[in-house]
Amino acid sequence: MSEHHEPLPVERKLLTPGVYLLLLLTFIGVCFAAWRFTFGLSSVTNLDQQHPWGLWIAFDVATGVALAAGGFTAGALAHIFHREHYHAIVRPALLTAMLGYTFVGIGLMADLGRYYNIWHPAMPWMWSPNSALFEVGMCVMCYLTVLYLEFGPIVCERYLKFDKRFSFLTKISERIYPVLNKIMPLLIIAGVVLSCAHQSSLGNLMVIVPAKTHPLWWTPIMTILFLLSAVAVGFPMVIFEGIFAAWSLKLKPEMHILSKLAKFIPVLLGLYLGFKIGDMVVRGTYAYLGDGSVQSTMWIIEVFFGVILPFAALLSARVRNSPRLLFLACLMIVLGVALNRINVFLVAFQPLYPVKSYFPAIGEIAVTIGLVSLLMFIYRVIVTYFPVITHPGRARAA
Amino acid sequence: MSTNRRDFLKMAGLAGAGGSATYLLSEPAQASEAVQPPPDAMGVLVDIPKCIGCRSCEYACQEAAGFEPPPIKTFEDKSVFEQARRPEPRSHTVINRYSNPKDAADPIYNKFNCMHCIDPACMSACLVSAFSKRKDGPVVYDKNRCMGCRYCMVACPFEIPSYDYDMPLTPQVRKCNLCAHLVPDQQEVPACVKICPEEVMTYGKRSELLELAHEKIRKQPDVYVDHVYGEHEGGGTSWLYISPVPFDQVGFKYFDHKAPPRLTETIQHAEFKYFVPPLMLYGLLGAAMWIARPDKDSSAEH
Repeated sequence: MSEHHEPLPVERKLLTPGVYLLLLLTFIGVCFAAWRFTFGLSSVTNLDQQHPWGLWIAFDVATGVALAAGGFTAGALAHIFHREHYHAIVRPALLTAMLGYTFVGIGLMADLGRYYNIWHPAMPWMWSPNSALFEVGMCVMCYLTVLYLEFGPIVCERYLKFDKRFSFLTKISERIYPVLNKIMPLLIIAGVVLSCAHQSSLGNLMVIVPAKTHPLWWTPIMTILFLLSAVAVGFPMVIFEGIFAAWSLKLKPEMHILSKLAKFIPVLLGLYLGFKIGDMVVRGTYAYLGDGSVQSTMWIIEVFFGVILPFAALLSARVRNSPRLLFLACLMIVLGVALNRINVFLVAFQPLYPVKSYFPAIGEIAVTIGLVSLLMFIYRVIVTYFPVITHPGRARAA
Repeated sequence: MSTNRRDFLKMAGLAGAGGSATYLLSEPAQASEAVQPPPDAMGVLVDIPKCIGCRSCEYACQEAAGFEPPPIKTFEDKSVFEQARRPEPRSHTVINRYSNPKDAADPIYNKFNCMHCIDPACMSACLVSAFSKRKDGPVVYDKNRCMGCRYCMVACPFEIPSYDYDMPLTPQVRKCNLCAHLVPDQQEVPACVKICPEEVMTYGKRSELLELAHEKIRKQPDVYVDHVYGEHEGGGTSWLYISPVPFDQVGFKYFDHKAPPRLTETIQHAEFKYFVPPLMLYGLLGAAMWIARPDKDSSAEH
């Protein structure tokens, strides 16, 4: 029992200068969002009749969903395939996924014209099973519920083990904790199934518009590419966050776990790369690479810096064992997948009758930065008070 | 039954590989069958060379849609033709001018509005069934269901729906509804058809309009190119056009014959056929979890 470190609340001072910065950025974002809700989308965004989707869909929603994939991949590795070695990464990954999906919902609210109807897809008389977006919406709603339930035991543990000031919370926790733990295996598998389903359906969204999507990205197998890239970005996201959180909380990164986890990445990333290049060869779209367009440049940046380079780097043990290099390689993969989503939804999107080109407005960027800042702040609050992060050297006496 | 076993193996293979991926690869996505137009579907045939660009249809459309248009005189302003325009929230149809390669002094005018597809991409894309295709032809929109996600605008291959970006509370997707709110029983004709002084448009059963269009082309091969736009484009549309020049010269940009929803719906339904693939994946992961469980003795050593 002694070698197993348990997750503990971090219990460091919360309001550091970095945290104040996050709160300031959040405040700016909230101001722009308030403007948008008062005066309409046109007052804050650069959207027009030819560009119905902008940064908020491409980044807040599509990228948010992709980067939250650490939750289900880490859960599958530790709990379904029982690699107990990786237990320490499951809770931070779960927290990221839970917050990530929550913010996908919040970000979506800002973009929806009739945000008060956001519950409509769940109503059977409005179901529309032909729509890829319906599938995404339903799965995300179900998965968000699953994530909150999966996080339940962590909340309970605070009141069972670390904070007994509120006797009613402790009492409730005593009730719920064993129930949640009992159904946990079912939830974990459900999380994986729901994730596979909506990560791939998200890729199906643009399949309906070959007319407006650049052939470098448009392919009928976009579903497969989205699923594979989500699976491939899961562990890099966990590692990136793990090292980043450790550094900013002044803890030691758990390299003995993260380096080992990094061994999986070239396999998963290689699979994604194989499908992406294979699809390019089959459809002959390499013809577009030399045309010097914005699209071809962006494709090359996405695939070279976001996939090929980190793939090659992570084959080397030296990179996997160095916190700094591992962090860098994983960051490149995270940015690469983020760039892929932005490319698919913004760069590849070419209206038939464009009036002007789309570039996100200051307000759109401010809202997005505000959302990310708020997410990071809440992450910080939760790891401070709830047992999420495991840190070597600070194990509680058993 | 061998088919059952084959199906089972296929499903098992799919789930084992982690989702939809293999399923789609092992069985190349065949587009599901094309949607046929309802037999009594109405439509409009646009005889492009007849249009004189008077824009009275734009006026009538704004009035019929419930907006108060400026006086009809203002629509005589020809300067709007300097730039090609697109349908907008307050004008669901627009006329654009194109140069005539045969006679520069006699420009060609073309009318743009919702094509009322037989197999509409907006309807397939919408996640709350806010669009429906009526049996008599129109593709209509229900603002009360709409969430305002604008996926319909992304999906439309003719780039028609427009949006009230300036409305903070009750924005709508705006497009021509073939005057469905005015002509529920086809006793009346849509406002643009009715007002047109040159009788550019013919309102009638789509099947009959197609015959008429081909007959006109046959009778006057020197006037029309041999192509009825909308007969096959996007899986077929309720609006049909005949033109003196190829259609890419009068503002049309979409020429694919396949209706966009056929491919996406095939993929979507393959992934969720009777919920078997997700349930199989669930079962297989459950089995993996059981098989890989650490046995009690070895875990005690940790």
